[in-house]
Amino acid sequence: MPVEHDPSRHLNRPHAHAGIPIPSLSGQPLLPNTGIPLNLDWVREARVNTSAVERRAQSQVARRSVKKEWQAAWLLRAITCMDLTTLSGDDTDERVRRLCAKGRHPIQPEIEKKLGIEDLQIKVAAICVYHTFVETALHALQGSGVHVAAVSTGFPAGLSPLAERVNEIRRSVEAGAHEIDVVITRAYVFGGRWQALYDEISAFRQACGPAHMKVILGTGDLLTLRNVARASLVAMMAGADFIKTSTGKEPTNATLPVGLVMTRCIREYAQQTGMAVGFKPAGGIRTAKQSIDWLAMIKEELGESWLRKEMFRFGASGLLGDIERQLEHHATGRYSAEYRHPLA
Amino acid sequence: MSIAEKFVSMEYGPAPEDSKEASAWLERHGYRFQHFIGGGWIAPAAGEYFDTVDPSNGERLASVAQGSAADVDAAVKAARGAVSGWRALTPHARARYLYAIARLVQKHSRLLAVLETMDNGKPIRESRDIDIPLVARHFYHHAGWAQLLDREFPEYLPCGVVGQIIPWNFPLLMLAWKIAPALATANTVVLKPAEFTPLTALVFAEICQEAGLPAGVVNIVTGDGSTGEAIVKHADVDKIAFTGSTEVGRSIRAATATTHKRLSLELGGKSPFIVFEDADLDSAVEGLVDGIWFNQGQVCCAGSRLLMQESVAETLLAKIQDRMSTLRIGAPLDKAIDIGAVVAQVQLDRIRKLVDQGVADGATCWQPQVTLPSRGFFYPPTLLSNVHPTSIVAQQEIFGPVLAAMTFRTPAEAVELANNTVYGLAACVWSESINVALHVAAQLKAGVVWVNCTNLFDASCGFGGYRESGYGREGGREGLLEYMEPAWFKETPFQTGKGASSLVPQPAQEKDAASQAAEQSRFVSGYRFSDIASHSGINAPLGAEGHTATSSSASSAAGGDRSDSAPAIDRTVKLYIGGKQARPDSGYSTEVRATDGRLLGEAPLGNRKDIRNAVEAARKATAWGKATAHNRAQVLYYCAENLSQRRDEIAQRLAAVVGDKQAAAELDLGIERIFSYAAWADKFDGAVHNPPFRNVTLAMHEAIGTLGILCPRQAPLLGFLSLVMPALALGNTVIAIPSEAYPLITGDLYQLFDTSDLPAGALNIVTGYASQLLKPLAEHDDLDAIWCFGDEASAAAAKAMSVGNLKQVWTNEGRAIDWFNRNVAEGRWFLEHATQIKNIWVPYGE
Repeated sequence: MPVEHDPSRHLNRPHAHAGIPIPSLSGQPLLPNTGIPLNLDWVREARVNTSAVERRAQSQVARRSVKKEWQAAWLLRAITCMDLTTLSGDDTDERVRRLCAKGRHPIQPEIEKKLGIEDLQIKVAAICVYHTFVETALHALQGSGVHVAAVSTGFPAGLSPLAERVNEIRRSVEAGAHEIDVVITRAYVFGGRWQALYDEISAFRQACGPAHMKVILGTGDLLTLRNVARASLVAMMAGADFIKTSTGKEPTNATLPVGLVMTRCIREYAQQTGMAVGFKPAGGIRTAKQSIDWLAMIKEELGESWLRKEMFRFGASGLLGDIERQLEHHATGRYSAEYRHPLA
Repeated sequence: MSIAEKFVSMEYGPAPEDSKEASAWLERHGYRFQHFIGGGWIAPAAGEYFDTVDPSNGERLASVAQGSAADVDAAVKAARGAVSGWRALTPHARARYLYAIARLVQKHSRLLAVLETMDNGKPIRESRDIDIPLVARHFYHHAGWAQLLDREFPEYLPCGVVGQIIPWNFPLLMLAWKIAPALATANTVVLKPAEFTPLTALVFAEICQEAGLPAGVVNIVTGDGSTGEAIVKHADVDKIAFTGSTEVGRSIRAATATTHKRLSLELGGKSPFIVFEDADLDSAVEGLVDGIWFNQGQVCCAGSRLLMQESVAETLLAKIQDRMSTLRIGAPLDKAIDIGAVVAQVQLDRIRKLVDQGVADGATCWQPQVTLPSRGFFYPPTLLSNVHPTSIVAQQEIFGPVLAAMTFRTPAEAVELANNTVYGLAACVWSESINVALHVAAQLKAGVVWVNCTNLFDASCGFGGYRESGYGREGGREGLLEYMEPAWFKETPFQTGKGASSLVPQPAQEKDAASQAAEQSRFVSGYRFSDIASHSGINAPLGAEGHTATSSSASSAAGGDRSDSAPAIDRTVKLYIGGKQARPDSGYSTEVRATDGRLLGEAPLGNRKDIRNAVEAARKATAWGKATAHNRAQVLYYCAENLSQRRDEIAQRLAAVVGDKQAAAELDLGIERIFSYAAWADKFDGAVHNPPFRNVTLAMHEAIGTLGILCPRQAPLLGFLSLVMPALALGNTVIAIPSEAYPLITGDLYQLFDTSDLPAGALNIVTGYASQLLKPLAEHDDLDAIWCFGDEASAAAAKAMSVGNLKQVWTNEGRAIDWFNRNVAEGRWFLEHATQIKNIWVPYGE
């Protein structure tokens, strides 16, 4: 279903992607996503065979192995694609500041030296917090280039009145958040109310203005992969910069089969519209090995140009610790311990 | 390249599996291996060895013994010697051995995987994650069957010594598929691994030693085709199980024709991979990766013919090309390699040649930009589009990573194209509609159908082909039956001397038609019904040989009651073809005489043209196979009803050649036999297998198709019904050659079937000399199976003549089956031969 790319839609909002390398698919350069009119045929025709997707997700992991120095390089890449996250009821300013400090310097200097990567200036992509802590985080991250991402729109349930959710986005953007993670109304998906979903996300998009919008689908709630595919397509049509799996608060978080379905949707959307959408799995990704599996999946399905923070993020809180230990192992040849690395 | 540079490039980098242990194992054996015979290592009698090489670099791995006829003989002797002891063990004891083997395979799994990859060239990811785990699973599953053997198969006996010949594409897995069921059913084994890939079989020999398996139960003889031939031709081998090319399968069929060796063949394929417009296309593409790009495409069941619905063809081809571009080809020991080395130079040459021919035929060839390793036998993944059914690449098995793509318009056309092949091993159907998928699956001529998946295997599910992909199944309950025979059958004596009913010409029979018919009629009159009746429990008077036919019965047989002086109205028996009575093409008839030499009538002499017409009529009678089992049962019951009504007159005529007692018994048991198969028609259920996935595997009993049945000379009516009825009950169409001794029964039979609503063409009857009709029937390439129930020579002839299309052959091996004993002459054994099992894999989940 070929869809014309409409450049006039770019005029509707400030260009959020200035100066960012353009991703490509099969050698074809892509444009940032400005959305397209809702295409219901496309949404309804989405077909996902759950067993086949599970099989692919399983074999993909077994088929790709990254070892030694390549593994260290991939783990560093994982750090740079990380939204280091704290989203707890007991968050405090000091807790957020600690996290930001870790985000600026995720790896100890002596390990950096041993790995010979000082020049890379490895840091995480963003710190992800509730609106309340946007200012604290901005202050703590000043000059680092690390973004501040705010979860919004009645996170994690997303069930407060629409006007309040839209206002919440505006407040975070005004406070200076670079990125906004919004949640969709899952009921629209269950009810097949695609127009309502499209309108909701379009409203969020409008409110985000120059800020980067990541649309959380709540895949652990949607349950079926077909629903995940349909919701992914609607979110992209409505102008999402990123589609994101989960809030981290659902019963199941990011799984590889869900990720596979979403990345295939992103690929198809890029093929049909010429526009690139990023992907963020969140929740449940805790080990270095998992992060490599995800990166390999993105490389296989979308190609290397997606393996950058502009196009791919991990939403994680505990992942960094395991990656640090693996990197120390690379540097010293000895297995490391958690307490040897500074707390986030 | 520094970590910083790798951080930028984000390449995978090498991930080699360590081959140290495998190399050490080879070194420990001095890079030289002998045969494993009688529990120990035996040097080849002729002292010859050959090299096995690593196809990824062409380097020699080791030398292995070249098996000669003498080596094979030693192995068969060892296996024969072990038979009684192995069989004498309790099922539980055999189960323990199989369990130990499964455990040991797991304990040595990495050595086996690495060695397999070194010897074969397949990616370590496949040998490690697929082949070897399936090997262990196969032995676990069959340890279970060994345990349950006497309770689940109480009336069966093992074949004895089994000769097994396996291919190089899945060396250890094919060994497991062969050895596990053979041992579980208490057979002993002589196995020959493929010449290119003998090494893991030799590790397996050590595993047998480690498990303490009694000496001689498993013997492994290495060598080339000549070694395999020696196994096939060895007189003391009871069964041959072969996996490999259709050509070799054909020669094995021919070579074993004159013996009583049982045979199972798993041969080539050109399997269709059908993608409907409502399929999950991305997943279908991955299905192809798991199919034609699995094991370098060297898979007999690989989905090598892509059939795409026109509406999605363009999209699908683009997706396939994108995916092909991400396939990694290279050193098979690398853990992130998708496509390894082709097994040998000769195979590489074959692939190249066929692809060139395909392009010459008009196909468009597309290959991704890949750099092939400079050494070793590598071939890039290849997509041939614009392929037409006439092209060689659409017809011949390439056995390489080459996909031939075609389009179709409707489900019906997809089925037509899919079945447009001499093979019938496997098929894939991709559609999100269960209606489409199952409807198409049911119509495909293939032993395995994967719905929305590819190349799934499990020990609990049968695997094997239709048509020229061979016969017999491996895995599951159906696979076990290949290694056993009903005890009563093994114990049934061979027909001997005058009692033997030859269907093939013998010197004494080279006489003119009339005297031949007369002599044959006399033979039937001398048929020892009393012998059979006595062990059937039929109360026949002793010395009832040569029943006297009274003049009244003779006259009624000739033309009914004559109350006046006018002559009887002549009764003309014809052939029965396509629901019509047909005169024989030859225009000749043969006399049929009674016990006392009296002329009973004349029967038409059918010839090859009549056979041709009959097969055409049977092929056209598709309605019978499509009728519901309930409907078929109704027709059969109606046959019984009508036969019952005409019992006395038919019995009276039959009595002229078999005597009153036997005639009465044939009618009464015949009616009962029809009832039995009418009863069975809707009860011979398939099974649902339980492989360890979220999946149902439906093992469906399907009719074989069109069958040729040469009925036994004895029991002209009962023998006919005992074979034709199970075939009809399960939806086959039949060409039957009735007993040569009393072909006049045809006249009674077609009247019976005509009045019983049997659709035209479902059953066709051609009378004549069986010796002349066997050949056109057995050689007919549009016949799916031939059943031949005569003497040993007839059985051998039927087998030898069947090789053209490798039709299934079922014979009595010349044994004297007691058709009057319902305990042996009816039931599941007959139904099993009238069907073939299709395993349909349906994964589910939303």
